[in-house]
Amino acid sequence: MSDMDEMDDGSGVVKKFMFLNRKAPHGTVYALEGLEVVLITAAFDQDVSMVFTDDGVYQLMKGVDTKGIEVKDFSKTYRALEGYDIEKLYVDQVSLDARGLTEDDLIVDVTVLSVDEMANLMAEQDVVISF
Amino acid sequence: MLHIVNKSATERSSLESCLRMATKGSAVLLIEDAVYAATNGNAAAAKIQAAAADLKIYALGPDLAARGMAGRVLDGVNVVDYGGFVDLVAEHSNCQSWL
Repeated sequence: MSDMDEMDDGSGVVKKFMFLNRKAPHGTVYALEGLEVVLITAAFDQDVSMVFTDDGVYQLMKGVDTKGIEVKDFSKTYRALEGYDIEKLYVDQVSLDARGLTEDDLIVDVTVLSVDEMANLMAEQDVVISF
Repeated sequence: MLHIVNKSATERSSLESCLRMATKGSAVLLIEDAVYAATNGNAAAAKIQAAAADLKIYALGPDLAARGMAGRVLDGVNVVDYGGFVDLVAEHSNCQSWL
């Protein structure tokens, strides 16, 4: 009976979710909202990947000081993702190159992917959510 | 003329349009996500440096700091604070915001 219930409500099904971050951190609210959605998703025990491409790579910059613009510095929250079992963080090599950045400039450990690797990772997802 | 740009040059075309239209001797102030264009290694850096020959280029310091970019500013770009922003507006007879 309990097995039947699980099948009916879909619990226990693990899907591959990708959160695709393509926006710089403070100019719009997308980066902060995306981060909060990822943290919520962590409660549902899904297979979550977080991807940073284009201006989204700027979300992970070290050395942020937001006092002057009087907004929350949420860059340190990316370091807390590990504690929520979100450990699959991927960054696009091409996007880093176009911005003069390297992995050493980023606040968390990430896996840097080539174009082909990133394309394959996207193609294998069940759900992609863009911010 | 003071031109003010607030969008990332790697996402929107506003900086490029601004630099195309700005006449010699004008000032360009980069704020918010536009400050990335004034940092070393950015895809737009060469355009900024070429433009700096004819234009005065400024970037807002608090926006650079908030993005972890304070130590990466291109040579030839003047970093200003909010007081400097006000001075630029006051010094120029007109200004244009490239939204």
